[in-house]
Amino acid sequence: MNKIMCACGHENPEGTVLCGSCGRPLTEEAENQKLVDMRYEGSARRSQTFNKSIVDKVWNFFSSVKVGVSLIVIILVAAAIGTILPQVFYVPATGETEIAAYYERVYGTFGKLYYQLGLSDLYGSWWFQTLIGMLGISLIVASLDRVIPLYKSLKKQRTRRHESFMKRQRVFGIGENTLGEETFAKSEEQLKGLGYNVKHEDGAVLGEKARFSRWGPYINHLGLIIFLFGVMLRALPGFYVDETMWIREGETRAIPETPGYYLKSNEFILETYDKEQADEVFNDAIERVGTIASNYQTDVVLYKKPEDALPGQTDKLEEVKKDSIQVNEPLKFEGFAVYQMDFRLDELRSMQFNLSNKATGESLGDLSVDLVEPEMSYDLGNGNKVELLGYYPDFTGFENGEPQTQSPIPNNPAFLVKMTTPETPKGETSFVAIKQTVEPFGDNKYKLEFQNVETRDVSGLTIRKDKTLWILALGGLIFMIGVAQGSYWNHRRIWIHETKDGQIAVAAHTNKNWLSVKKDLDQVTLVANLPPYIDQHDLEALEEKKDGEKSS
Amino acid sequence: MTLVSISGNLLFIAFVCYLVATLFFGGAVKSSTKKVATSEKRWGRIGITITIIGFISNLGYFVTRWIAAGHAPVSNLFEFTTAFGMMIVGSFILIYFLYKTPLLGLFALPIAIIIIGFASMFPTDINPLIPALKSYWLYVHVITAALGESILAMSAVAGLIYLTKNIDLTKRSKQRFWLEAVMLTLVLVLGFVASTTTFKVMDYEASFNYIDKEGKADEITYNVPPIFGMNEYEALTPGTMTPLAETPPIVNAKKLTTVTWSLIFGLVLYGLIRLIIRKPIAALLQPLAKKANSQLMDEIGYRAVLIGFPVFTLGALIFAMIWAQEAWSRFWGWDPKEVWALITWLFYAAFLHLRLSKGWQGEKSAWLAVIGFIIIMFNLIAVNLIIAGLHSYA
Repeated sequence: MNKIMCACGHENPEGTVLCGSCGRPLTEEAENQKLVDMRYEGSARRSQTFNKSIVDKVWNFFSSVKVGVSLIVIILVAAAIGTILPQVFYVPATGETEIAAYYERVYGTFGKLYYQLGLSDLYGSWWFQTLIGMLGISLIVASLDRVIPLYKSLKKQRTRRHESFMKRQRVFGIGENTLGEETFAKSEEQLKGLGYNVKHEDGAVLGEKARFSRWGPYINHLGLIIFLFGVMLRALPGFYVDETMWIREGETRAIPETPGYYLKSNEFILETYDKEQADEVFNDAIERVGTIASNYQTDVVLYKKPEDALPGQTDKLEEVKKDSIQVNEPLKFEGFAVYQMDFRLDELRSMQFNLSNKATGESLGDLSVDLVEPEMSYDLGNGNKVELLGYYPDFTGFENGEPQTQSPIPNNPAFLVKMTTPETPKGETSFVAIKQTVEPFGDNKYKLEFQNVETRDVSGLTIRKDKTLWILALGGLIFMIGVAQGSYWNHRRIWIHETKDGQIAVAAHTNKNWLSVKKDLDQVTLVANLPPYIDQHDLEALEEKKDGEKSS
Repeated sequence: MTLVSISGNLLFIAFVCYLVATLFFGGAVKSSTKKVATSEKRWGRIGITITIIGFISNLGYFVTRWIAAGHAPVSNLFEFTTAFGMMIVGSFILIYFLYKTPLLGLFALPIAIIIIGFASMFPTDINPLIPALKSYWLYVHVITAALGESILAMSAVAGLIYLTKNIDLTKRSKQRFWLEAVMLTLVLVLGFVASTTTFKVMDYEASFNYIDKEGKADEITYNVPPIFGMNEYEALTPGTMTPLAETPPIVNAKKLTTVTWSLIFGLVLYGLIRLIIRKPIAALLQPLAKKANSQLMDEIGYRAVLIGFPVFTLGALIFAMIWAQEAWSRFWGWDPKEVWALITWLFYAAFLHLRLSKGWQGEKSAWLAVIGFIIIMFNLIAVNLIIAGLHSYA
């Protein structure tokens, strides 16, 4: 690599714009500028120095802020487009054809087009994820390209800078030294009082404050990279579990994806605010809106299967804990969390029937049929028996004489039964539903009559495990530290030195918040009687000053 | 007097204080020639004192309503928007003490006033909390997010002053057009307030049966004369206006009607203003803005983003994700409100990078700050009212 030797004797790497030690401009371009470009201290960045190999080109592409900002803007616009219509996961339809039909039915031609272009699953699309990936690469490359040279340059900076560096600073002043040697002592004291680190050597004073804020952007980028890494990890098996389960009151079920955990639902509770009991201040709202839910809750018992239990054996479950799962209060165990997400009220649980003699009305006994796991045969004593020949949990009607069911959920249960009594030893067949009895083979002597139903609620629960959460939290924390560091502190430097002809030159630089550094310099100026400075960026103030000078 | 009515009165006092303070800041700016700097100081001091009194009263509203409801008043659109308006005033006070510029108050307070006025057009009842909102993260997340947004809004205020000062209003240009468009938008919000208030005073009500987009029958009540009717509507209230047109099922005709009335009132209002002042609103404000130091306004705009961005990130993204993980089982779900918070965040990230590396300062930076505020307001208003999602109760 070619080194650039500065007139001050400092050796700079190829591509350096301002000498890392004394600040002399090293390129013709820098020499011709009225003010120096102080970003990254004029250090040699890889992306600005090499552009030959493919690696250089890729590196330069991703290190460019223009590319980074373009990626941000493209992602921003894409994200906005994804909110025009609901995304697929918020649409009440499953299966490709049904979803496609939903978009077309509800949102018309626009909806159809939106779906066909894949905008309905925009955030999961390969191109959107590629954009996020590219932004991630850009974060890494752009940070490395800048932070390393910047670090080296700030470490090597000399107290006494070259005059060409001083006069090209935005805040600069030069004038007579009225206090002699005392100028430096007083400046030093005042700068220290303002919390600056001060170096005094070589007839020059450098006050520097909060250099660490320069690392803020790189630290927050690191946090974002860690966050994105955590998000990527979720795609690996074992890091992330997302399951749902429906559990009925009284039921005990294995919790999917967990090592031998079972959940029993004792009760599902739905509470609403009612006008009598709720606080008076809510009356108007309740009146206007109607029913407002106050609580969704499933009371559960968590069990664990003992280590030595056989697969499928569930009779020796050990109770782990009782809990009430509410919205905002998930059940947590061993890295898993179970959330109250949904519910169905009053699902049919069992049906009660009565067997009687049609002619006399004499009752031969009652039976109760469990609608989830019905027994096939019911002995009522005295030789009376009812057998289930067929069970149709969600009965919709007959097709070619065959009863049909549209789902295994007992929404409208119906049964084909055989009734046997001492009088009818061959048995009579009947079809019974909630308000319907059909006798397919002619008149029966006995009838099975629907009496009553028992219902229960069903809780919809979501089971999650997310082993990446701590990585995401770490990334978030580092981001916040970095962004606070870079935003709430600013790197300030004030240079004061004696020129060859005995004048005093002052210059100041900050990466942001110029008002504050100027205030600091004002205080030092007052104490050490420094020459007045000008802000070479504030054209209006400069003009005003000119006007003032003319008129005076 | 109940706590609720005390709370309402405190809000009203705050509102009046902000109006009065605006006038004093106007006086401070008008008198700010170099010779009468003391007069500027005096008027400015009175202005900021009244602002602080208003702010304390506003905080009083917040606290008393909190006590009355048993939860922080940030749980519906009225409450959140009012809190946002209050925080804008708070952020203004913060910036005022950093930079001592009365001019900022002259622009910031009217914006806060318009926002609070807008808020009070929505139902002001105290809602009990639905299960999803029953969490202390409600306070932490919503208050931090609103605070961040209000500080970011200060950058738009500084940007607006910068633009009003520096855009040449004597010549036809894109800049002049868009600056006046921003002013018009503010007037249109006033149009919404005016139309809603007018029909509220008239106690207007008209009910309809209609068929919703899922094909189900439903009923709806308009509080403004129905310009547009819902899909297959059927009027239930005799003696009310017959809608001029019927909308397809995915369009909510009631909302469309409200927007149309706001436009009508707003445009009439704007027309009247133009008739009276005989020049664009921006031109009316320009002489006041001329007193600003552009460099300082640019600095304030940048500083506000620097202060607000981390707060916004913490409230609207990090706290939001923690809560979403607790309540909805996932920290991120691409819900429209979430997405728009991300968009806001990306936008200000782009703003910071452009400023840092591309040297977008001055006018470009000022435009970006104004656009950022528009995105924030879009997320507050449009995402709640137009795009349905998990946050639509807020």
